[in-house]
Amino acid sequence: MPHLEVRNLSASYGDLKVLHGVDLSFEKGEVVALIGPSGSGKSTILRVLMGLTPCTGGELILDGQPIVPSSTASVRAARDKMAIVFQQYNLFQNMDVMRNVTIAPVKIKGRPRAEAEADAARILARVGLAEKSHAYPDELSGGQQQRVAIARALALRPEVLLLDEVTSALDPELVNEVLDTIRDLAKDGMTMLIVSHEMAFVREVASKVVMMDKGKVVEVGTPADIFDRPRSERAREFVGKILRH
Amino acid sequence: MEQILQQLPEFFSPINIRMLVEAMGVTIALTFFGCGLGFLFAFFIVFARQTPGHWALPLRAAAIFYVEIFRRVPFLVTSYLVLFFIAAIIKNASLFAIALIAIFIYATAYTADIIRGGFESVPRTQIEAAQAMNFGRWRTLIHVIIPQSWPVILPPAMVFMVAFVKDTALVSQLGVFELAFRGRELNNHGFSGILVFTTIALLYFVISYPLTRFGQWLEKRLATPRSQKSQRKLR
Repeated sequence: MPHLEVRNLSASYGDLKVLHGVDLSFEKGEVVALIGPSGSGKSTILRVLMGLTPCTGGELILDGQPIVPSSTASVRAARDKMAIVFQQYNLFQNMDVMRNVTIAPVKIKGRPRAEAEADAARILARVGLAEKSHAYPDELSGGQQQRVAIARALALRPEVLLLDEVTSALDPELVNEVLDTIRDLAKDGMTMLIVSHEMAFVREVASKVVMMDKGKVVEVGTPADIFDRPRSERAREFVGKILRH
Repeated sequence: MEQILQQLPEFFSPINIRMLVEAMGVTIALTFFGCGLGFLFAFFIVFARQTPGHWALPLRAAAIFYVEIFRRVPFLVTSYLVLFFIAAIIKNASLFAIALIAIFIYATAYTADIIRGGFESVPRTQIEAAQAMNFGRWRTLIHVIIPQSWPVILPPAMVFMVAFVKDTALVSQLGVFELAFRGRELNNHGFSGILVFTTIALLYFVISYPLTRFGQWLEKRLATPRSQKSQRKLR
């Protein structure tokens, strides 16, 4: 049984249809990368999974349990098992790093504060920010903020980690520190769904690559399949374009 | 001028001073409790107004209706409305209570829009981050929205309250023994208008100036260190 399954998913922003029947599935421990041109609906899939954007049709199944978008309880149960890291980090500006990382474990999951803080300290050390726990987000660089955002997501102990173009807003010299962190997580067997434009990185860490275009899945395969032997015309064109860069 | 000097000892008689101090107390109490409670209640009005879902439509409509009506009706008219509505229900209702309710209603409507503006200044992405971590509406409000919107809400809310110290004079029309009422009374008793109303004016200043300073202090204290920094950057 796949860990997460998306069947015939469709979604729209107002009159604009952004997903036209997307199918997707993956197992525990897999790192799935969603690639494709801007506007192809990659990020929308993550947003629908987190209940941030409504879907207009299709099914979502997590751990054998359907996610029912109209049911608050169902959406909350799904959010309980997943965590998302956003392109713009979205750290709480009014809280320091430690509080950003511990607030949900303490207030939402009801863990004892001392335990959550010890956990947070360990995770922050892992992303290389042990000494920044009392800094506020706007005192940190973009790369540091994004690593805090990853730490915040990890502190929720998610079964699936969703990463939405987490390096797109970063200065080029800060991209690697974030990619190193994700690479490290992949090695540990974290199940991840990654939307990324960093093709070399995708090729290295992904176990499966899903190529999307105009709200549809164009091709699914191993990184070698997609990058070296794309079958569809659209995938060949896209891969050809990015590899020329 | 001579007349004023003559009247001075009699004007500042212990009984008059006591009366004026009491009137000041009434003005302060009306402002503080009326605006303070109104401000608190305004949070619930905004919360109601922003409740999503079909079932909450009447709630939203009621909140919008309340704010839009009472923001547009002059305070004096609101006071009379409260006076006559309450008089129709309860005989011998206290005028102070009636004035307090009128101020409460007006302050709620007025500060609700200030609060809504503050809430809307918090980026949508901050709220989504909270939602994604399963924060409910209430927790999002307490932990994310209110702390981040304080610097936007507090200055105009304090300006409103300081301005309202002056507008409480309008409830003297209802017969509440606050400063302006006592001023007119003393004037009617034959004291020089210049003497009486200069004193009254000074007393209003004595109330509102510390309030202004308190507002500034509160603004600095409640604003997070970070947002203070970003405000400095903006200037």
